[in-house]
Amino acid sequence: MRIRVGHLYPDYLNIYADRGNIAVLAERARLRGHELDVHAIGMRDPVPAGEIDLFYVGGGQDREQALVAHDLVEKEKPLRDAAEEGAAFLAVCGGYQLLGRFYRDVAGDELPGIGLLPLHTVAGQRRMIGDVLLDCDWAGQTMAGFENHAGRTILDEGAAPLGRVISGFGNNGASGAEGCRWKRVYGTYLHGPLLPRNPWFADHMLAEALAHAGGPTELAPLPDELERAAHEVSAQRARARGGKH
Amino acid sequence: MRPPIPLALESAALRAVGALSRVAGRGGGTTLPGKLLWKLDPGAIDRLASRLEQGSVLVSATNGKTTSAAMVAEILRPRVRIAHNSSGANLVSGIASTLLHLGDAQLGLFEVDEAALPEVARRIEPRALLLGNLFRDQLDRYGELELVAALWREAMASLPDAELVVNGDDPQVGDLARGHRARVFGVDDPRLARPALQHAADSKYCLRCGTPYDYAAAYVGHLGDYRCPKCGHARPPLDVTARDIELHGLDGAAFTLAAPEGTVRVKLALPGLYNVYNALGAGSLALTLGAGLDDVRAGLERFSAAFGRFERIEIGDRRLLMLLVKNPAGANEAVRTLVEGRAPSVAVVALNDAIADGRDVSWIWDVDFEPLVAGLDRLVATGSRAAELALRFAYGGLARERIDVVPSLEAALDRGLELTPAGGELVVLPTYTAMLALRKIVAGRGHVSNYWESAA
Ligand SMILES: [Zn+2]
Repeated sequence: MRIRVGHLYPDYLNIYADRGNIAVLAERARLRGHELDVHAIGMRDPVPAGEIDLFYVGGGQDREQALVAHDLVEKEKPLRDAAEEGAAFLAVCGGYQLLGRFYRDVAGDELPGIGLLPLHTVAGQRRMIGDVLLDCDWAGQTMAGFENHAGRTILDEGAAPLGRVISGFGNNGASGAEGCRWKRVYGTYLHGPLLPRNPWFADHMLAEALAHAGGPTELAPLPDELERAAHEVSAQRARARGGKH
Repeated sequence: MRPPIPLALESAALRAVGALSRVAGRGGGTTLPGKLLWKLDPGAIDRLASRLEQGSVLVSATNGKTTSAAMVAEILRPRVRIAHNSSGANLVSGIASTLLHLGDAQLGLFEVDEAALPEVARRIEPRALLLGNLFRDQLDRYGELELVAALWREAMASLPDAELVVNGDDPQVGDLARGHRARVFGVDDPRLARPALQHAADSKYCLRCGTPYDYAAAYVGHLGDYRCPKCGHARPPLDVTARDIELHGLDGAAFTLAAPEGTVRVKLALPGLYNVYNALGAGSLALTLGAGLDDVRAGLERFSAAFGRFERIEIGDRRLLMLLVKNPAGANEAVRTLVEGRAPSVAVVALNDAIADGRDVSWIWDVDFEPLVAGLDRLVATGSRAAELALRFAYGGLARERIDVVPSLEAALDRGLELTPAGGELVVLPTYTAMLALRKIVAGRGHVSNYWESAA
């Protein structure tokens, strides 16, 4: 099966090794006999409506994030339509913030988002940096990654987080929640990159994309010994931080 | 305010602390006295520096600052007595430690951490600064590149009398020359340009208007000949250039250094275009300080390597080739140099995640390791994040059965040596603290001297 991936702004949003996530998706698809077909969707490029199974949005430095924010707003309609009809999204760090309604910086200026996820973000003074471990009870799994963000993200009442923070800060260092999910849209601050250390989540995103593509969503298990070892080291680092901070 | 302790007394006491800590085997004692001085009396640094009759010069960059500063020292040494923090202790405390051992030095030459540069410059009031490049590095520690660039701009604005020697090929660094007495250097050899900007290129958007730069030539990361198609912001005119560059794989490089003072052919024992940049910057600073072209050429040609950056160590009937890797831009150049030389079939790659390496190891996914993968029979992945590194290579196309995951550095070194035929060379790519540890292991076996002995 061909899985069509739309990588949004790969030239601008690529600060935390986002291509590692893409490489993991491609290889794990290939090992199951699928093919990942990755299209770059850049500034002023149209969103190929209905032709993308998985959208990927990475993180950028503040400057790059501001450069793309206004272009992304132009793409809001086709992206929202795609999400409504079941396309999968994975948004990391800056990309996660841009899928919310807005990002308000320390001066009070607002960078617009597209409001696909029920949340908004407000800049804080201190950056939240370090290894993170999450409990994703909806999947019966843990997730390990690294966070580095000044933004405090606040989920709307009733919104589903990606996981509960075991160690680390998460969305805002106070709520105990990290990330957000809605339909097949997933957002998180965790990079590292995220998918090599959390193969279950890589496969989950592939299954979501396959569901949209109309293919079989069963994926044969892989050995994943290195993946588990990397997850364990990252999880240990997070636990060593002790408590939530 | 506390009255300052008489400086001579203070200095003598702190030097004694250094000697004691060296005797106690605490990592050479290179920064402990400096840390104490910095704590007890921060102003002492200013006063000590003011004793240098020829003043001080500072060298900073994300990549190559240790090498560039050591090259400057080699060029100037025959004519000037220099105080130099050659062991790479480049925070305020390390510089303070060097200042405690001034002896009869005439000129201070300090390699400075990018983030520490504003503080050090404010205190030491250098007569000249060599600013090499700004790459994305340890985001968990330095923050975003733009923040460091902004700090540098501020610091330079408060040093109106200092002479700047800047790399014009780096948009952020080259721009510092505007409105300042400056000497701008850069590479002028489009034959060596990369076909496209590398994945890890950082400053690829116009710093004035945000439009992507057009590159007539991209050399290393985002370093090159850039111009903004919208507002015209472009590489400044170059005062000193490297032309007719020849790269001889791992065996060295040669280039023609063309400056207002004249033109000279330089043969480097160090490999790679990034070392041509280091030599060009060092030569430019030395010329600014009044060195002659012949001194520049001779000094650069005498120079072999700065501590741990590029090092060959004999181990019995095998050889170790150690290339430090610490961020995407630097690692890409190490890989490029290896592949253009004799691409290794066995490599030990060591990834640690101590504070000095960066806690966040995501940068390895931004390195183009793939050209190395093509020739590898065997990879030994080691360090505290060995599994993560192994994953990077596995997803980069190296079959998993070709990867040994050996977290212990010593065991990994032995495994690498075992895989290396007699008479052969083992390539080791370590991050900073892994490099220190590996050097210590090798030194413990009697194969190399510890750095604080050779740096004395
Ligand atoms: Zn411009």
